[in-house]
Amino acid sequence: SSPPPPPPPPSLPNLLCPSMHGYYWMFELSPHWSQLEDDEAKDRFDVDVSVTNPEKVGDGMNAYMAYKVSTRTSLTMFRCKTFSVRRRFSDFLGLYEKLSVKQSLHGCIIPLPPEKSVVGMTKVKVGTDDPSSVEFVERRRAALERYLQRIVSHPSLLQDPDVREFLERDDLPRAVNTQTLSGAGFLKMINKASDAVNKMTLKMNESDTWFDDKFQEVESEEQQLRKLHAVVDSLVTHRKELCGNTAVFAKSMAMLGNSEDNTALSRALSQLAEVEDKMEQLHQEQAASDFFIFAELLADYVRLLGAVRGCFDQRMRAWQRWQEAQSTLQKKREAEAKLLWANKPEKLQQAKEEITEWESKVTQYERDFDRIGMMVRKEVLRFEVLFVSMHSELCFCFKFQLIKFWEAFLPEAKAIS
Amino acid sequence: MMMTEENEVESTLSVCGHNIQIAEVLKDGEMLSFLIVSQKLSGTGEYHVHRNYDDFEWLQHNLFCQEDVAGIQGVIFPPLPAKAQVNTAAKVMKQLGFLSLGEWQPYCKALEVFLQQVAAHSILSKNKAVEVFLTNPDSPGKQKVKKNIFNRLSQAVDGMRKEGHKDVDDFFQTARDHNLVLTNCTKTVTEKLLEVVQTEQKIAVACGHFSAALLLCVEPGDDPNKQAFSKVCVKLSEVFESMKKSTTGVSENDVSTMGLGLDLESRYQEAIKEMLFRRTCKLVELEHARRNAEKAKPVKKAAMEELRKAAETEFEDISRVAKEEITRFEAVRVKMLQQAMVQWCEKQLLTAKECADQFTQHLEVFRGMNFK
Repeated sequence: SSPPPPPPPPSLPNLLCPSMHGYYWMFELSPHWSQLEDDEAKDRFDVDVSVTNPEKVGDGMNAYMAYKVSTRTSLTMFRCKTFSVRRRFSDFLGLYEKLSVKQSLHGCIIPLPPEKSVVGMTKVKVGTDDPSSVEFVERRRAALERYLQRIVSHPSLLQDPDVREFLERDDLPRAVNTQTLSGAGFLKMINKASDAVNKMTLKMNESDTWFDDKFQEVESEEQQLRKLHAVVDSLVTHRKELCGNTAVFAKSMAMLGNSEDNTALSRALSQLAEVEDKMEQLHQEQAASDFFIFAELLADYVRLLGAVRGCFDQRMRAWQRWQEAQSTLQKKREAEAKLLWANKPEKLQQAKEEITEWESKVTQYERDFDRIGMMVRKEVLRFEVLFVSMHSELCFCFKFQLIKFWEAFLPEAKAIS
Repeated sequence: MMMTEENEVESTLSVCGHNIQIAEVLKDGEMLSFLIVSQKLSGTGEYHVHRNYDDFEWLQHNLFCQEDVAGIQGVIFPPLPAKAQVNTAAKVMKQLGFLSLGEWQPYCKALEVFLQQVAAHSILSKNKAVEVFLTNPDSPGKQKVKKNIFNRLSQAVDGMRKEGHKDVDDFFQTARDHNLVLTNCTKTVTEKLLEVVQTEQKIAVACGHFSAALLLCVEPGDDPNKQAFSKVCVKLSEVFESMKKSTTGVSENDVSTMGLGLDLESRYQEAIKEMLFRRTCKLVELEHARRNAEKAKPVKKAAMEELRKAAETEFEDISRVAKEEITRFEAVRVKMLQQAMVQWCEKQLLTAKECADQFTQHLEVFRGMNFK
């Protein structure tokens, strides 16, 4: 395998859209699977997608945000080298729905779209230009961008005609039935399915411990990230609160300064109020927004991990289908034997036909199961690549956020003296 | 030595007033016990006495009950902070605000200021109770709470109506108006700073949690990726530990300087308000007495005149003392606030510089870490 290329020097905006094809690693796998690794190395993608220019369309409760989706590519399967379309949030959800229906049978990890938010959107629709709506739109834009980038960096998804249509087609028919669809909804589905699978009496006998080990790893990663996310979230909230409190405090100080008779005291109080206001506001706001980026990334990755778990469940279900088919086939054969013995030739023909039918189903399901198994392995391998890049991304993110924060704070601190 | 009800007119304090210290505070079950140290004026040596809150209250009562001192009602009595409910955190925060924070240090400082102000007061320091409080090895002991003439504003029956009573002297009308505005502003600023401090404390706690959570992400193993990630997590954990320390430092500075200063200012404004109100009540009384004297029938005229004269003298005494007090206090107040502000800036600057140094170091380490 090729040695890892050096990472590009990250500036903060780029961190949110990491280049997926930058990181490759040596994995310790049995020789049987190393072939997959080489195939991966050949997958080089030349598609770059960005989501920009959020614009409000319409008025009142029917209003929506439209985003510009721009694509830059060297692949010939697209009509042009650069093109852009306008899409709304429900279009993104619609794309996800189409993909998940098709691909879920094949054991593919479909990236999850960002969550629906009634509260967030209502504010935007109502038209207040307050900072929290602006922030909400920005969060959503960034999340949508990451979502699309994950899709186009997936080799089989990129080939999907629905994906190409989403990127290229000027007039996309409106997606329906996106009511129930949301990231959180999908995760709930996965959790429910997992519970159902766990309760099934027919347990899989894993001859290959690889799946079990990977599953454990994924689960524990998810737990860790959830914890981190919760803590970061609370930190972000408190920082924002402090921002507000400091502003209010500075104002009340200024008022006190105004009420003061003693001119020296009055001036001092007013000046202090100003300094407090400027300095604190600056660095608290910055800290809040920086941490918020991190919190968003974490939330994103937690969702991605959930999707990976779903993948494992699909394989489990495929296995169960196969087992049930085998047991049905067995029953049909027993029925045939009984009929032979009871000497009922009319029914015998039907029984033979059913047996043939079920034999082919068994073969089919067994093939499906194997195929899904292979897909899952391949997907997890891809995901591990993604995962390591994700860790690095987190580290970079942290590192550069903090650098930004401190570099902004230092001159302020020095300026006080 | 039991305190008698009569006060000797001219007694001087045998200790130095401006450097009375509360050297120690001990938690004694539900109560706090304070070690008060004062310097002897003649010769060398110190008085060390142990007092609790009840003793402070005893002292304050004695100061209030000096009816025969002319114009005593015109005195701005140094405010005594409320009694600390030691074991109930929520209640004590509501009651004492800033004084409930910082491990009782601000509270002790507030009590210290109280004693210093009393000892430095030309009228109050002459009260024998002050000497007893500061020098007597035994606790003054609990005395029966004598109803004093200084009822709190809220207890006054028609307080609101009298509060608005127009003054006969411009100086005092201005003082009253100004005091009203200042009291409200100061109260607001104090509340808002307290909110800032509470949020800072929450942030410090969250940083600590984050630091701990990052350590949980550390995984053992030979995998170079895992090792790199673990290294970063450990380093980041240290960074957040630093952040926790610096945020804690910032909030402590807020409490010990500006918080305390604003709290003192706030309580002093209340004390001035009460004094001005007493004077206004006296004014109302005087106007009553004048009217009575005018309307009185010849039989009662002489008696009414006596009352009128007494009321007038009292009012003049109070006004005279009040004017002196207001002028004196203005200088003291400005100095106190200025001191609080300067200390605040100095401490915050120091903390910021320390924090910046530490973060620069962290930065260097991060820059040195190579991510593959």
